[in-house]
Amino acid sequence: MRHLLDTKTLAREDALRLLDVAEDMADTQQREVKKLPTLRGKTIVNLFFEDSTRTRISFEAAAKRLSADVINFSAKGSSVSKGESLQDTAQTLQAMGADAVVIRHGASGAPRTLATSGWISAGVVNAGDGTHEHPTQALLDAFTIRKRRYGADSRGRDLSGVKVTIVGDILHSRVARSNVWLLGTLGARVTLVAPPTLVPHDVSAWPARVTFDLDDALADRPDALMMLRIQLERMNAAYFPTEREYSRRWGLDAGRLAALGADSIVMHPGPMNRGLEISAEAADSPRSTVLEQVANGVSVRMAALYLLLAGTERVEGAAAAGTQKEDAR
Amino acid sequence: MSTRTVLHEADIARALTRISHEILESNRGPAGLVLLGIPTRGVTLAHRIGSLVTEFAGESVPVGALDVTMYRDDLHRNPTRTPQPTQIPPGGIDGKTVVLVDDVLFSGRSIRSALDALQDIGRPAAVRLATLVDRGHRELPIRPDFVGKNLPSARDERVNVRLVETDGVDEVTIGS
Amino acid sequence: MSQVILIRGARLEGSDAADVLVEDGRIVEVGAGLTRAGATVVDADGLIALPGLVDLHTHLREPGYEASETILTGSRAAAAGGFTTVFAMPNTSPVADTAGVVEQELALGEAAGYVTVQPIGAVTVGQKGERLAELGAMADSRARVRVFSDDGFCVWDPLIMRRALEYVKAFDGVIAQHAQEPRLTEGAQLNEGAVSAELGLTGWPAVAEESIIARDVLLAEHVGSRLHVCHLSTAGSVEIIRWAKRRGIEVTAEVTPHHLLLTDELARGYDARFKVNPPLRREEDVLAVREGLADGTIDIVATDHAPHPAEAKACEWHAAANGMVGLESALRVVHLAMVDTGLITWADVARVMSREPARIGRLAGHGTPLHVGHPASLALYDPSPVRTFTAADLAGRSLNSPYLGRRLPGEVRWTLHRGTVTVADGVVVDSPLAGSGVGA
Repeated sequence: MRHLLDTKTLAREDALRLLDVAEDMADTQQREVKKLPTLRGKTIVNLFFEDSTRTRISFEAAAKRLSADVINFSAKGSSVSKGESLQDTAQTLQAMGADAVVIRHGASGAPRTLATSGWISAGVVNAGDGTHEHPTQALLDAFTIRKRRYGADSRGRDLSGVKVTIVGDILHSRVARSNVWLLGTLGARVTLVAPPTLVPHDVSAWPARVTFDLDDALADRPDALMMLRIQLERMNAAYFPTEREYSRRWGLDAGRLAALGADSIVMHPGPMNRGLEISAEAADSPRSTVLEQVANGVSVRMAALYLLLAGTERVEGAAAAGTQKEDAR
Repeated sequence: MSTRTVLHEADIARALTRISHEILESNRGPAGLVLLGIPTRGVTLAHRIGSLVTEFAGESVPVGALDVTMYRDDLHRNPTRTPQPTQIPPGGIDGKTVVLVDDVLFSGRSIRSALDALQDIGRPAAVRLATLVDRGHRELPIRPDFVGKNLPSARDERVNVRLVETDGVDEVTIGS
Repeated sequence: MSQVILIRGARLEGSDAADVLVEDGRIVEVGAGLTRAGATVVDADGLIALPGLVDLHTHLREPGYEASETILTGSRAAAAGGFTTVFAMPNTSPVADTAGVVEQELALGEAAGYVTVQPIGAVTVGQKGERLAELGAMADSRARVRVFSDDGFCVWDPLIMRRALEYVKAFDGVIAQHAQEPRLTEGAQLNEGAVSAELGLTGWPAVAEESIIARDVLLAEHVGSRLHVCHLSTAGSVEIIRWAKRRGIEVTAEVTPHHLLLTDELARGYDARFKVNPPLRREEDVLAVREGLADGTIDIVATDHAPHPAEAKACEWHAAANGMVGLESALRVVHLAMVDTGLITWADVARVMSREPARIGRLAGHGTPLHVGHPASLALYDPSPVRTFTAADLAGRSLNSPYLGRRLPGEVRWTLHRGTVTVADGVVVDSPLAGSGVGA
């Protein structure tokens, strides 16, 4: 895997491989010594143009548990805020010997521009670009759903037939987009719920059903209900009139929580607006996977970094396990 | 390319039976034993040896798997390898006698990685090594405790182990 | 400059071959088997002769943005594309909203000597949309401005637009509107549609163009003025113009070569060479504007040549500037999209890329036919080769072309501007005003 930029172009077998390796990574986190020597000597740069302590720490933890060296670069107060371009920033990192760059940027497409520009030879992981994609978030969400459903028997399984409903600002959500593609690839059935103003103009080609009515969507008994954070600034751009109205029509309150099946899970990528899109009861209920998602995020990001950095350029068609071992017993 | 079979099904069965007895003899019984196979075929062999040891000792011996992919020293020289699961039996390995089981012992690097992996999992009382075939050419000071067959080989020859569970047949071949 | 040039065997506007004799900047004879002692002979066998192309919408960036282009380099790019007249948009620095700036531009164009540079004046001071600029002073200046535009920005205030439309009647001027409702396009990056939804880029909805055009044609009807619509890009806009013309409204419209060929699918991959305003649209829109150009609803092709330095395009999409260079490729793209598809003939090309632009811009003596007595401004175009478009085909200062690496038909072989050779044998001449452009 040369780069991890999006889930739209992530093939099913690559997605499953990543999730299965994440299982192995998760297992190592149960040991006394949680560290692996696998990426010793590799340098991973967290290139964060947008503030995000949570995602950055998650990637940092993942890199360190694989014994890689981590350099954190945040845009505030750096040369970028003084007008240095993406190109110059990237080339500086290249000169410092970065093996992988984990980039979060406010502009959709920035990771792809970085990966295809020829400015750097490092592998690129997209940690969230504008309103486009956040592939590791979707992967950790899929991992979480799979784990809750199949437990220790998760390896090799996809999400065929699993019903996932995503609620919130679909228009501006990279988490929603990445989830729509990945869940579709893994065979899940996706329903999107939002006020009409927060659904993109043309989603006719998306593998998802769109409805404006949350209660109607809940009647379909989803296995996983994913609530997205609503940004209050959207109120000022007239996407919806008030917090109160948004919460009433599209919020997960106690009543809707009760209407969910007993085995259904409640998910949220964080950070949550308690009381707005998700009530405190829902956030703290045993059906909530919010904290597991955080833990799973580290395992999934360990898997992503491993697959990006541990080998040479990936050879098309996996080498047979038997002949692999012959080389260096 | 000329390949010859050096071990047939019956030879393998006899070797595993002898190894199982040797393990019990050197450990003075089954107490504290944990067999950990190195994927892929090492795990199959560990299960077979585990069944035999359990039969001979009259008491079951835990069997698991120890994947060493994350601890290899040659990751960067090869295409990305997919790790296999590591299954440590419920009793863990602290204070136990761990017997690593592999199909072919060659340079010794896999076993060195296995020792590193064990160190991050716990602290066994002792670690032993059982291998079906020892083909020589060690690059590290690693030696097996239990060997099915010593098989002198040229460096560029290929030694292949096939087992019924994974390959449909039991045989060990060597060829160039 | 006062060369005698004998062009042999050119197909005039794509029809029968003829010889054309040029002397003292004019066409003095057209016929078969012409001879003239001492004339420089140009073998035009197989070449199509078109009246010198006239671009009603070019950005020459001077004064103020000379890193991207200057009037000199832009003139060279124009000549390379077969153009002999370009109308220069006023979004310079300072903005061309006074007689002083437009006269400066005119002088720079004359000094460069490749094409006629006709300045366009801003509609409002600084293009801010608040107060009318001194349109009359610009009309009366040596630059004789007749076309006014705030291009880059929409004249959004309906009252200002009404006043501007009315005011320019006094000197047969025309307002050229960049139709973009600002409130519907805040932060817009790409056509609002399936591609923008997937790419996470803020949409630029078609209705933001169409609603302004609809308003403006009704205003033009109400006050009895001419209106020109810049870079029309949507199927809906074509419908509105068609309706307006049927009603007798004096509206004209232009389409760019890129909107005749490229769609928003090219934005996948976030290559900012494809970022432009108005944005590339859907396949349906491309087909509708082609049809509109073919049936006369859209009057002309105009390049909207918009040079930008490398760093303004080699970056993330959001940070990139809008625009594509287009002078060098325009004729070839129109050839591919409109002639090769059988939608228009070479005679139509002469109409939409030379005669009508000059007429809309009220520039007499430009876009004139290849007849005796008219200025010898013409292009000789070889329609046969099909070559990959590369940076070597660009003659201006900037390289932001969406066609790099793409195969395009045709090649401009010769361009004459009022008898002066500006492109000889496929190569832009170095000093056209020095006289001997041929055989140098």
